Amino acid sequence: MRTRLLLNIAKSLLMARWKQTLVAAIGVTFSITMFITLLSFMSGLNDLLDGLILNRTPHVKLYNDITPKINQPINMVKQSNEHHFIRSIKADASRQSIYNSNAIINAIQKDPRVLGLSRKLTAQVFFNDGTIDITGSIFGIDPDQETKLYHFDEYVTSGNSADLNKVNNGIILGKGLAEKLLVNIGDAVQITTSKGNIFQLKVVGTFQSGIKDFDNVQSYASINTVQKLLTVPSDYITSIQVKLKDIAQAPAIAKEYQQLYQTDTEDIQTANSQFETGSSIRTLISYSVGITLLIVAGFGIYNILNMMIFEKMDSIAILKATGFSGRDVKNIFIYIAISIGIFGGLMGLLFGFGLSALIDQIPFNTASLPTIKTYPINYNPRFYLIGIVFSFITTYFAGWFPARKASKIDPVVIIRGK
Amino acid sequence: MENILEAKNINKFFHDPVRIQVLQDLSFSINKGEFVALTGKSGCGKSTLLYVLSTMDTDYEGTLLIDGEEMPKKNEGFLAKIRNEKIGFVFQFHYLINEFNVLQNVMMPGLKLAKYSRAEVEHRAMERLKMLGIDNLALKKANHISGGEKQRVAIARALINDPHIIMGDEPTGNLDKKNSDLVFDIFKQLAEEYHQTLLIVTHDPSFAERTHRIIKMEDGKII
Repeated sequence: MRTRLLLNIAKSLLMARWKQTLVAAIGVTFSITMFITLLSFMSGLNDLLDGLILNRTPHVKLYNDITPKINQPINMVKQSNEHHFIRSIKADASRQSIYNSNAIINAIQKDPRVLGLSRKLTAQVFFNDGTIDITGSIFGIDPDQETKLYHFDEYVTSGNSADLNKVNNGIILGKGLAEKLLVNIGDAVQITTSKGNIFQLKVVGTFQSGIKDFDNVQSYASINTVQKLLTVPSDYITSIQVKLKDIAQAPAIAKEYQQLYQTDTEDIQTANSQFETGSSIRTLISYSVGITLLIVAGFGIYNILNMMIFEKMDSIAILKATGFSGRDVKNIFIYIAISIGIFGGLMGLLFGFGLSALIDQIPFNTASLPTIKTYPINYNPRFYLIGIVFSFITTYFAGWFPARKASKIDPVVIIRGK
Repeated sequence: MENILEAKNINKFFHDPVRIQVLQDLSFSINKGEFVALTGKSGCGKSTLLYVLSTMDTDYEGTLLIDGEEMPKKNEGFLAKIRNEKIGFVFQFHYLINEFNVLQNVMMPGLKLAKYSRAEVEHRAMERLKMLGIDNLALKKANHISGGEKQRVAIARALINDPHIIMGDEPTGNLDKKNSDLVFDIFKQLAEEYHQTLLIVTHDPSFAERTHRIIKMEDGKII
């Protein structure tokens, strides 16, 4: 009853100055609109840039690195009171393939934290084009898994990634590489492996990763094809690429697998730390701009309420004389501020959504990003939640100071002062 | 006779720009049903006294009892409640809230008290408007009625919670002869028919003469 009465009074005061109120609300609407749009756009862009690398990078990679063995054979001799001095240690790369890979794959697939894994092996080759040899590498992949886990098909701009399995000795060339070799789908390319074997492969597609250097040297073939090129058995793979359900667990799991399977491991955070830094700084900038806008809107509300209190001195005095306490008066003005905030904020969410949707329609074509046709927008509901909560908080504080002033007005001064 | 309001040794000082004593050791009491005029020359402190008695001004020394209860000086919320429930105000300037219509203005203290339901408060407000002969104005905006009418609306508002005492600060000071007489007659009627206690500050001798009792002040003292 009492709150309803105060709300009623607040409403009447608001409506009496509805033009000013509207201006204040538009200030909030504008800032929330910009806040939502900015964050949606910035975060969409972040996702896009991160996706360029992070989506294609395994969360945990198992491989055999080319490093000196930590345990040299002489260390295994158990002798006290003696020291071994070993000179001229050489890195050991006698076995790049993962030992007992099938058993490891089976075990990892049963791990409940793992979303999926793909096998990979690499062959260094020369692409022969007449008298010219172009250095390049061929990744042996499982196209279905690669598509499922790393969106491989999104980068295949012509042809079909699934053809790698269907077409015997099929290859998908990087776009730059295909242009250098002057080949199209259906043409054959000749390669020479590092062991000197010569093969003919059939082009089934080209891909464009967004990173040009990559596209100039890289190509993909099925695992079987690459195993054939390298003349190795069918369990020979050089890395197992694991995608986890929770990316944050990657460093811990990488360490665990290293112990368990006696291979080298690398997690995504270590491999791509610079991307995380970039993203977080961009997000920080967007938030600070958004919050600055809101604070400016808050000052607008503060001004208008201050003016309203000055104009309504008489009404405040009479309310107090007839039994409204300072707290009641304060609440009335806080209700006014909050209704401006909520109304302006909700309109802001609506306009923010509209503006983001509009930006989402603007064409954005760039050679390095073949899958992107319009500006990227992230419609994360979290931004909308943050927006409305912030508009609530800023307007509350913008209202709090004038409201406190109103609550302290001495009715005697006003009533006698006339 | 029942004591509605009692003041004991009230002293008050103004501090700005220099310390001046405006009320000097005032003690008096008002009984139920009395129609009292507080008179004196301009600047003698009669309005100041009224605001002390009304609980709005708490910067004084001494003791104030309303309805036998001592008024604390610090508890602002409690004093607001006392004003709401036990005191009705009529000011020289009408101080209606312009955003509301006449009926809403009258209902406001009643809704704040929340002793009756909204419908009952509305009914009581209409009763009081009828009693003062202005029930036809009920739905008009507060700033669309004449000065005399405004003052009658203010009296209706003062009456809404059946206060123990009605206080007026020059309620006829801003009205012409005809309207002053009308307002005075209402006060008289309230005192005589409804046994309403009234304490009215006025410097109009003809107004004061017609009340039951005159408290005359000079230089912060009762004479």
